[in-house]
Amino acid sequence: MMMELTTPKKLPASVGKWGMILTAVGVIMGGAAFAVDPHRAFFGYLWMYMFLVSIGVGSLALVALEYLVGANWSTPFRRVPEFLAGIILLLVILVIPLLFGMHDLFHWTHAEAVAEDPILKSKEPYLNTTFFIARTGVILLIWLIFYYLFTRNSRKQDISKDPALTASSIKYSAIFAILFILTISFTAIDWMMSLEPHWFSTMFGVYYFAGTLVAAISISAFISVSLNEGGFFGFKVDDEKYYSFGTLMFAFNVFWTYIGFSQYMLIWYADIPEETFWFMNRMEGSWVYFSIGLLFVHFIIPFLMLLPRSSKVNPNLILYMSAWLIYAHAYDLYWIIMPTYFKDGFVFSWNELGFLVLAFGIIALVFNYMASRFNIVPVGDPKLQRGLYFHLN
Amino acid sequence: MIKKIVNFFREYNSRNDEERRTDRLYAVSAIFDTPNEIMAAASEVSGRGYKKFDAYTPYPVHRLDQAMGIKYPLVGPIAFTGGITGLFLALLMMWWMGSKDYPNIIGGKPFFSLPPSIPITFEGTILLTGFATVVGMLILLNKLPKINSPISDTEFMKRVSSDKFGIVIAADDRMFSETQVTELFRSLGASRIENIYYKPSNLTDKTPIFNRKFIMTLIGVAAIAAIVTYFTLNIVLYQVVPFDWMWKQARINAQSESLFFANKSGMREPVAGTVARGFMPYEYKGLPDSAVRLLANPLPVSKNVIEKGQEKYNIYCSPCHGYFGDGDGRLNDQFPKPPSLHNSKVLNWKDGNIYHVITNGQNVMPSYEGQISRDDRWAIVHYVRVLQRAKNAKDQDLPK
Repeated sequence: MMMELTTPKKLPASVGKWGMILTAVGVIMGGAAFAVDPHRAFFGYLWMYMFLVSIGVGSLALVALEYLVGANWSTPFRRVPEFLAGIILLLVILVIPLLFGMHDLFHWTHAEAVAEDPILKSKEPYLNTTFFIARTGVILLIWLIFYYLFTRNSRKQDISKDPALTASSIKYSAIFAILFILTISFTAIDWMMSLEPHWFSTMFGVYYFAGTLVAAISISAFISVSLNEGGFFGFKVDDEKYYSFGTLMFAFNVFWTYIGFSQYMLIWYADIPEETFWFMNRMEGSWVYFSIGLLFVHFIIPFLMLLPRSSKVNPNLILYMSAWLIYAHAYDLYWIIMPTYFKDGFVFSWNELGFLVLAFGIIALVFNYMASRFNIVPVGDPKLQRGLYFHLN
Repeated sequence: MIKKIVNFFREYNSRNDEERRTDRLYAVSAIFDTPNEIMAAASEVSGRGYKKFDAYTPYPVHRLDQAMGIKYPLVGPIAFTGGITGLFLALLMMWWMGSKDYPNIIGGKPFFSLPPSIPITFEGTILLTGFATVVGMLILLNKLPKINSPISDTEFMKRVSSDKFGIVIAADDRMFSETQVTELFRSLGASRIENIYYKPSNLTDKTPIFNRKFIMTLIGVAAIAAIVTYFTLNIVLYQVVPFDWMWKQARINAQSESLFFANKSGMREPVAGTVARGFMPYEYKGLPDSAVRLLANPLPVSKNVIEKGQEKYNIYCSPCHGYFGDGDGRLNDQFPKPPSLHNSKVLNWKDGNIYHVITNGQNVMPSYEGQISRDDRWAIVHYVRVLQRAKNAKDQDLPK
């Protein structure tokens, strides 16, 4: 029994058009933000960059995860995270402005501040500009290499249908699984934790790791469900296939909550000033409402919405909740990054909004470009038919 | 003992083997080979309007409930209710234990606060979700315990609990007809169709779970387990160091020697100037009476205070000063006689002076700071004033 694959429909032109519009609006608003207040704009830009890292690198991790655990259900949709991982190519360019903004972003780059601060002085062997840039470079290189390895294998297989390529991708996944955890932790520590160089939390790396997976599975779910409902894959699978998307969104989100709460509770319990101030900053002024909001946006609402089995196979609800969780991840990143700049209270204005618009513009453009150049279904993958006929039983 | 238990089960099993089926039909069963067939069969059976039927699979088959026409499975809401109950019960428990039943300051934290309660809340939620699911599913929905069903111990049950899928339509269904059901199963492509009859024990011995021998066995097993556990943990393992309930510890006991410290005392002294909790040092300690400035009585004059002062005066002061302050106490022959508390010197003293003498001592009178608490000393001062007023009462003090 084989499911006939028809030629997939081309993505509607509106995807590319909206990508262009969002990118253009984002570039204009971002440029204006830089013209008005470059210090503030760098924080907004960092927010956008970390969001794109979550989506791009998290998607690559999902691809690796599929190979690693031998999942069948996700094979028909695997090109979605593969295309999204293409954002990694742009990260190499997008990181450059940040390197010029390091002095604005990071207190520890100020030599005079480090000189009279014994804590920063002792952290200097790790937190110094040269090593920082070297780390960033190495991490980006690792991502690029694995992006290249996975996509090369996957595209070759479209033509050759060679199962050995899957076997080689499985080997790469095993290596990438370890490197992904290391690189994403170092990225979180370097770009976000060191915004407050006195603060440290050993759970911070895994906290961001959990967030990236939530964002990546959610955006994959959103795009896969939209495309399947619109018949863009050349096949149509029934709603039951969405169950795994729903479950994974639910599971990763609960995992994020678990990590986030554990980090909070340990610091709350130890009650040591050098650790608590990070949370105190987020509980003073209007930030406290934003922090309580995080609990509802990122946990309580998606938890209750995704809990019933029926909602995990409901396409509309999956679309709505995946969009919600993408929003929740942006919210989470804003909560991590922005209190360093807005010390007095929560602020969100067009200066920051522009960068979010730009991020979605970039995602749409990358996806549209990839979809126009490559097969939107891994037609040569030996697991494809099994995936199309995947049964949960 | 063990032989008896084994014999009991052997007897019980052999009884089942000897059983002959009765002629009363319980149900018609059908076996299918694939999950797709069982899904189709289930929806067809439910579509024909049968109500008393059940499907059996060797592992969970998703959406079978929908195929069987169960619109809304109740297990979800039951589990959710259990979870919510567990959540609030755990919070209530943490609040009640921490701030009502046994309030203790731990690490300077409030008696009740949310962060440390979350792990317990989580566990309470999971626990009651599990209980609700198991109890709700097994007892409410599946109507267990019902061990002795005609369907158990049949060839049908052996197959569907290993590698086949089965459907059973009960004979007491409103629409049941043996020929029609058999025909339906045949048309659905069942690989094996079998009638299931009641066994004699199904009709007589309803619940073997309440069999006296069975209950006694359970109690016996529980008693043996308890004794063995007690013996292992408290007698045998107690001899082994990590399991000796920390009886032997590398610690320094109170009042014992320690070569670690320079003065060889195992106990440490508080930092100089340390003040005990609730203790207020007396600022005129050791100073002569004339140095005392201050000290109005901080206690209000009330019946309770006066009675407290009377009680303490009678215990500590009356042996020398006498019950009425005349200096004629019971110890007069053994100790020097103190002066009367009604002489003009004491009458003219401020409250602070009396307090000073109690606290500090005077002449042969020792300090009572160690025996009588601060508040009690002030209460005694009030009581001394009462005695003085009573001994020197004026006419208008008398009740009319």
